[in-house]
Amino acid sequence: MAELLTKIKKPTRRGAVALWVVLGLVVLWLAFHIGDIVWMFGQMGGYLSYKFIQRALIVGTLVSLTAALLGVSLVLKRYSMIGDGLSHVGFGALTVAMALGFVTADALPAFLPVGLRSGIASLCGIIAAGPLPFTLVIVVLCAFALLRLSGQGGMGGDSAIALISTSALALGVVVTSMTSGMNVDVYNYMFGSILAMSDSDVWLSVILSGAVLILFVLFYPRIFAVTFDERFARATGMQAGLYNHLIALLTAVTVVIGMRMMGTLLISSLIIFPALSAMRVFDNFRAVTISAAVISVVCFLVGMTLSCVYSIPTGAGIVGVNLFVYLICSAVAGMRG
Amino acid sequence: MALMALKDVTIAFEGMVAVDRVSLNVERGDYLVVLGENGSGKSTLTRAMLGLVKPRSGSITYGEGFLKNQIGYLPQQTAAQRDFPASVEEVVLSGLTNSLGKRFFYSRAEKQRALSNMELLDVSRYRNRSYRTLSGGQQQRVLLARALCATDALLILDEPVTGLDPAATEELYDVIRDLNQRHGVAIVMVSHDLRGALRDAKHVLVMDREMDFYGTVEEYGEKYLSKAVDHG
Repeated sequence: MAELLTKIKKPTRRGAVALWVVLGLVVLWLAFHIGDIVWMFGQMGGYLSYKFIQRALIVGTLVSLTAALLGVSLVLKRYSMIGDGLSHVGFGALTVAMALGFVTADALPAFLPVGLRSGIASLCGIIAAGPLPFTLVIVVLCAFALLRLSGQGGMGGDSAIALISTSALALGVVVTSMTSGMNVDVYNYMFGSILAMSDSDVWLSVILSGAVLILFVLFYPRIFAVTFDERFARATGMQAGLYNHLIALLTAVTVVIGMRMMGTLLISSLIIFPALSAMRVFDNFRAVTISAAVISVVCFLVGMTLSCVYSIPTGAGIVGVNLFVYLICSAVAGMRG
Repeated sequence: MALMALKDVTIAFEGMVAVDRVSLNVERGDYLVVLGENGSGKSTLTRAMLGLVKPRSGSITYGEGFLKNQIGYLPQQTAAQRDFPASVEEVVLSGLTNSLGKRFFYSRAEKQRALSNMELLDVSRYRNRSYRTLSGGQQQRVLLARALCATDALLILDEPVTGLDPAATEELYDVIRDLNQRHGVAIVMVSHDLRGALRDAKHVLVMDREMDFYGTVEEYGEKYLSKAVDHG
């Protein structure tokens, strides 16, 4: 037995060495470019006085944090596709909401009473002026639907999610091309823009991430139980369905807030990447959770800086940094054997 | 009064009857093995005992102050679980959620209970090791320790030795017998492994949607095994 234990321990020690070698190489590389990096963050410091940059930093940091925490649970429960599906649904709902602004009382069917027609038209106008609440409702409803579909397991659930998400994306594109056309707004929705954050977004994201953090800490033992083994949790009397719905709800809100900065096509990476990176390197749930949160926030800040200084779309910059970190983590895990 | 009593339990999915009029008692310290082909309804029956599926008719009652959520359960492992990043201690602790009540975190006494269960199943030296680095037999013992955190009266085991090598299988049966005989934990075990499962069992249930056979191991031996010897 002792022999077996030393055999198991050895690769871990080698893994530690590998970790330091990889980290050393990265630090060395960074050291050669220290001038550029200092310049980059110096530039960023200059941008900090802009109101929209401040808003983007606050919202982005909080969204990255919540997405990472939720992501650990979603990835481990094999629900990664839900995040992806939701972002596409969000895009579809957003474009429909905005298109409603083009609805006028005259355009509605003539057989409806005039009062009803103007009522519908003004309701559409309200939705179009502030599309976020409408989008949020649709995405939350879809989150519950997707949860139910993937709960059925097997290929059925998987393909159903792909069906819903691509249909929503197609609907969004069709609606846009029939109304405003594929303009800069749509481009920003798809690939993200730091200009998109408003004051109400800041408040919403502060409240949301506060709620996620508190719920996550308080329910941590139960979240672990449901994530690790839902059947066992149910058998010992836990309301597993309730926790699944809570996680789906929080994910939906995170996706809606984050998608305008990250872009519809990229927001799900914020949920998936940090968890995957952390899982490569760490072996227990608490370490994975904490490091996913740290990785996510750091990647966001670096990606955001890159995006500001080199004028890269924000979402793509952040995903790029996340990919870089994931590759390093994989290399470390690979060498560890 | 029995620990758990099933009376005419019938379970159906979409009109298809999966379990038909099953009646049985599980007493304190009992050891019941449930045998049957794939699709004979034995897993469905255990899920009903755990309250995971509702019977269409019949009743399942729990006696002696024993509650439904105090059953320890050893489910079949999923692929996702095998490479789950969790330490052994985290996994075993998660068996205690039913004693949390309205509290959010585990108490010192509960952590102590988890530790003593790890010691009982000889996995305490792995407590900080990752679950995914353990062998199949070790993983099953960790899950048994978790199940013991949820109960001290009744364990339901769903094909516990599936995928284990012969040595690990023997070891696991010994552990289960020990829990049953020395610690008085009642066992309900669904199994494919006839010979091993019957070694320590007290009662046998053979399922074929309805109860094909229900009785003591001795009665089972007289009815089936002697015949097999004759033919063999």
